Amino acid sequence: MEKASAKPEAAALLQAVATLPLPQGYLNFVGRQILRFLQTVQGVGAFALITLGVTFTKWNTSWRVIHPLIRAQIDRAGVRLLPGIVFIGLALGLVIVGQTVSILSKFGAGQYTGTVMVTVLIRELGPLAAALLVMARVGTAIVIELGLSRAQGEVEALEALGIDPVHYLVMPRVIGLAAAIFSLTVYLIIVALLSGYLFVFLQGVPLLPGEYFSLIARALLWEDFALIGLKTLTFGAIIAIVTCYHGLAQRLRLEEVSEATTAAVAQSVVGCVLADAFFILVYILM
Amino acid sequence: MAASAEPIAAPPLIELAGADIASAQNPDTALVQQVKWRLHPGEFWAVGGLQWAGKSDWLTTVAGLQRPAAGQHFLFGEPTPDMGQLELLAARRRIGLVFENGGRLFPHLTVAENVALPLCYHHNCSKDEASETVATVLRLAGVGELADQLAGQLNRSWRQRVALARALALKPEVLLLDNPLAGLDPRQTRWWLETLDALNAGHAWMSGRPLTLVATADELRQWSSHARRFGWLQDRRWLDLGGRAELAASGEPALHDFLAA
Repeated sequence: MEKASAKPEAAALLQAVATLPLPQGYLNFVGRQILRFLQTVQGVGAFALITLGVTFTKWNTSWRVIHPLIRAQIDRAGVRLLPGIVFIGLALGLVIVGQTVSILSKFGAGQYTGTVMVTVLIRELGPLAAALLVMARVGTAIVIELGLSRAQGEVEALEALGIDPVHYLVMPRVIGLAAAIFSLTVYLIIVALLSGYLFVFLQGVPLLPGEYFSLIARALLWEDFALIGLKTLTFGAIIAIVTCYHGLAQRLRLEEVSEATTAAVAQSVVGCVLADAFFILVYILM
Repeated sequence: MAASAEPIAAPPLIELAGADIASAQNPDTALVQQVKWRLHPGEFWAVGGLQWAGKSDWLTTVAGLQRPAAGQHFLFGEPTPDMGQLELLAARRRIGLVFENGGRLFPHLTVAENVALPLCYHHNCSKDEASETVATVLRLAGVGELADQLAGQLNRSWRQRVALARALALKPEVLLLDNPLAGLDPRQTRWWLETLDALNAGHAWMSGRPLTLVATADELRQWSSHARRFGWLQDRRWLDLGGRAELAASGEPALHDFLAA
């Protein structure tokens, strides 16, 4: 009896609560968050346009100083992360590729191996995994080093010397990270496909190496190569621009550096996922 | 050497016309109001003021690194708001700036790399090609033996000297120094004053051309027989104290305490 009477009361209470106006404090909070989000989008967008402009107009300016910096960034974000990317490639190959091929073969769907590998690993997982690794290892370091540089007034020192900080600090990182993510993605895919086949072989799945690789090669289209190139370069540019923006855009106090790093990581992930979604949409519409 | 301010006919290199100096931390706050100041070629200015009077912000505004909150700022006759980014960067190459408290060197670079950076960037040359010039300017600053040391490992007074070398590397027309004598022992202080005198008189490094100097200071006593024009920042006001004779005769109470100390 009690339960039956409680139900209409709860419903009435819920109805009453739903019709109440939202508390002013909550509205203010949501409003502030929306405004802050819009300000960040505007700031990062403007910063990206400035960086793009500087990259095109000053590509060859002071190249004896800038090009070594680009090489240093490629070394830092690419070459030094090779062991890490090989490890992730091995893990992806064993965990995802090997199992997927094995299951597809068990259910007699081995002919779809190529399509599944190209869609899942080559088109989606490879670029995203490489981008996340670079963001975790290098993106966070960029926010901290640029944040500290800004806090210690080194950016003003560059300006005082007539050196454009975007040209000297941001452009090498954008190009370096874009090139590094592209290269790491290629290595990741190769390692994952090879280790995946190793796992398939160890499980005794009747699939010859030539057959395995020709299935993948047949499923690959020229659009996939273009997509990998564009996607990885975009991911690199997004991570570098967002992390440099958070390090440089405003003068950080030392205690604010950790907060800026967290914000940069979150925004980089959102940016990469949105870019990924955009590329999927374009690919589907093509 | 002229002991008092003399009327100068040459056009000003840098000018503040009714400028309000903004705080770097809070650009909406004016630390000093209505500054009317002109810097002519060959002058040697010492600008004093109490701590937090806004000397560093005044100097970075003069250098064009910071916009005034109100009023006009001219670099080499051009109003800075009308200058494009490239023009502004080009104008900054004609101004050397030595920051306070160690000169804001890049701590991960060696002393030689710090000095070579502006040379290599603006002349698109390699470090090897710039090495001779770097060695010469480091010798001028008395830090030739420290060339291969990391800048972050030096103490503050040596970093300040390296910052002077870096500022002079491009042979600027104007040299701005933010409190260069702060915390120095008497020997280092003497070296700085003698070096700045030599630069202002026409040093061989500058091909004998007198370098225009502006230095800020917590107190003006040390500068009274070196600089030739004096300014003072206090209570959000800019005071042009004139030359040495006017400085000695100044009735400004706070300034009098400083000079008498």
